[in-house]
Amino acid sequence: MEIGLANLSLADLPAGSAGCITSVEVGGLLRRRIMDLGMLPGTQVRCVRKAPWGDPVALQVRGSIIALRAEDLRKIKISPIINREG
Amino acid sequence: MNAQINKQVLREHFGIHARPEQVVVALAGNPNVGKSTVFNSLTGLRQHTGNWPGKTVDNAQGVFSYRQTSFLLVDLPGTYSLLAHTIEEQIARDFICFGHPDATLVVLDATCLERNLNLALQVLEITPRVVICVNLMDEARKRGIIIDVKTLEKELRVPVVGTAARIGEGIEDLKEALWQVATQSTHAEPAQVRYSLEVEEAIRELSSALDAVPTGPLNRRWLALRLLDGNPSILAGINTYFELISN
Amino acid sequence: MSLVYTQSWLDKASNKAEEIRQRYDNRIADLIVKDLYANAEEIARKAVVFRRRSRGWDKKLDDILTSRRFGYPVMVALLGAVFWLTIVGANYPSDLLALLFSRLQEKLTWFFSATGLPDWFHGVMVLGLFAGLASVVAVMLPPMAIFFPLFTLLEDLGYLPRVAFNLDHIFKRCGACGKQALTMCMGFGCNAAGVVSCRIIDSPRERIMAILTNNFVPCNGRFPILIAIGTVFFAGTLPYGLQSAAAAGVVTAMVVLGVLLTFGVSWLLSQTILRGEPSSMVLELPPYRMPQLLPVIYRSIIDRTVFVLRRAVIMAAPAGALTWVLANTHIGDFSILAHIATLLQPLGQMIGLDGFILLAFVLGLPANEIVIPILLMMYLSTGRMVDFASLEELRQVLINNGWTWLTAVNMMLFTLLHWPCTTTLLTVYKESGSKKWTAMAFLIPTVTAFLVCFMVTQAVRLLGLV
Repeated sequence: MEIGLANLSLADLPAGSAGCITSVEVGGLLRRRIMDLGMLPGTQVRCVRKAPWGDPVALQVRGSIIALRAEDLRKIKISPIINREG
Repeated sequence: MNAQINKQVLREHFGIHARPEQVVVALAGNPNVGKSTVFNSLTGLRQHTGNWPGKTVDNAQGVFSYRQTSFLLVDLPGTYSLLAHTIEEQIARDFICFGHPDATLVVLDATCLERNLNLALQVLEITPRVVICVNLMDEARKRGIIIDVKTLEKELRVPVVGTAARIGEGIEDLKEALWQVATQSTHAEPAQVRYSLEVEEAIRELSSALDAVPTGPLNRRWLALRLLDGNPSILAGINTYFELISN
Repeated sequence: MSLVYTQSWLDKASNKAEEIRQRYDNRIADLIVKDLYANAEEIARKAVVFRRRSRGWDKKLDDILTSRRFGYPVMVALLGAVFWLTIVGANYPSDLLALLFSRLQEKLTWFFSATGLPDWFHGVMVLGLFAGLASVVAVMLPPMAIFFPLFTLLEDLGYLPRVAFNLDHIFKRCGACGKQALTMCMGFGCNAAGVVSCRIIDSPRERIMAILTNNFVPCNGRFPILIAIGTVFFAGTLPYGLQSAAAAGVVTAMVVLGVLLTFGVSWLLSQTILRGEPSSMVLELPPYRMPQLLPVIYRSIIDRTVFVLRRAVIMAAPAGALTWVLANTHIGDFSILAHIATLLQPLGQMIGLDGFILLAFVLGLPANEIVIPILLMMYLSTGRMVDFASLEELRQVLINNGWTWLTAVNMMLFTLLHWPCTTTLLTVYKESGSKKWTAMAFLIPTVTAFLVCFMVTQAVRLLGLV
């Protein structure tokens, strides 16, 4: 499967896989929220599961589970990392 | 004497009516860390709830006694940070800055300490009179997470108490630590956040511009950081502070 | 030191800060947060040891509770199970309380006649005030005292954020916030509490939407009405073991209908007076925690009992007395009550109810708990009730007063949808700070209730089903 690596976002992560945030391209209050929760460039994030309609998406961030909507996740870019935990 | 009156005026601005000899403790923490469990196990049924003055944000206050000292515990809104992006964060920050708490108790979740430390560090930047409570220790143990409380205390340089408030574990130690911090005059010198060179450079530049500015109870470095955040709400807080004490 | 002096210095400082921020490309706020976390990471690295990485229980539970296949069915099933436990558990204490109160009433009546007190005084005090209080306590208290702790357990377990997680997509489609699901859950306990809980929604538009629609969740004061009517009319003929299950099914169906209407009305609002794009949502899913069973059950039963008894004394007792006076003061050939009911009769008929039912709902504005007791008192204004909780007797009284299954359906629909109680309206005013939104909080449910009952009634009559 070919996905432009530069354009990979948190919304593209399948459940169970992890990524490393490269940039947070969200503005306003949501940006502050996301950063206060510790989702910063360089932070590893794992997609834990998706809601029944595929949206929102639950992410594991620094030991806690945070759910965000897919359209917001599309603006958080990541680089994929190899999945060690299965 | 004057200081005593100021203290009372400032507290009453936040709807806190403490008796002069009563010790006021602010309770801060992330949402979902069992903050209200800690609040309940400290105060029992001696509590009442209402709103912060003029705001539709919950405010709970409770009292307890320890070593013949009466404590008034003020539950701040649960927040992830004190950078004041929301009204809850602003209330929590303003109370710690201007409400004259004798101590601030920060409740951390042992199962995700990293994120919770972010808030603790922000509180330590404002005031040295802090007790850290690492709650949900039982839960962490169950998950195979071990918290080294001593190391944490050494790193933060303020009292740290591990608790499992649900089962009452550590609550007595917590009271003792609060009593020490709130009533003894020995001041801790808590760990300060180390910023990257770029930020330090910006702080230095702005601090020099703040040299002659009266900042009330706030330290210049911290005020500089908040101004660099680009969040001017703290200025309104300082203004209110001077208005209150000049009356 | 003058304030102007301070202000000008601070202005200067913030201008300087702005200049520095610009020079750093506005990245400085991000850098500060990043550094804070870098410090936190370093400290955590030293102070935290991970023996093993396990989210075993959480993962397994979430795999079921939020799965595509089971997420929604489990939600409805849990709701149904809670109602079933409530109904089964409430039967016995209800009967016991009813027995107790009817004995007590006999004693009181005996005492009043023995001491030679006037008849009207006996009427107001015993048949009105005492009976009103007694039936609220006997009919309403047991289900409330059982439902509330059950729900608190689900809350303490950490299930409710999962409901928000499951439903957010639909809320988003309706222009609302998934956290509205949490505020609706609070509404089960009490709509006023539900309205206050809307504080967790950040966007003002979505918060108002959640406030205005909270009433479509039947609160603790209303679902005992649904239980009573559902049991009497739709489960009464079934074998005993199935009765509770069928009643739970009926009540659950009503709640699901309330949720669907919440979606519909939210969508309508987002297209009209609350137009706007859905904002973002950040929802934390905390780990499941084993609730402390006994303290929760003990505390919430005590809380509920005190709450209900307080309302019974403040609302039900005076309402009972007032109803008795209205029912026994005659103008011409009829009582005042009958006059008002006659006035309301055409409107009631149109929506498949009658004038007495409408009047009971009007008098129940301060507290929905008193609707059924008042209604019974009106129907029985000439006779008297012997047993406060006998379902068979309730059924007979209702049928004698012309009830059909359609009346029962409309009664349940109207209970689910009609105007909020005064406490809730006051809370809406406090939370929104606006008369306009308070008026809307009254009008939206009221219009919905009349519209839905009217359509159902007319459709059923047109098809000749009654």
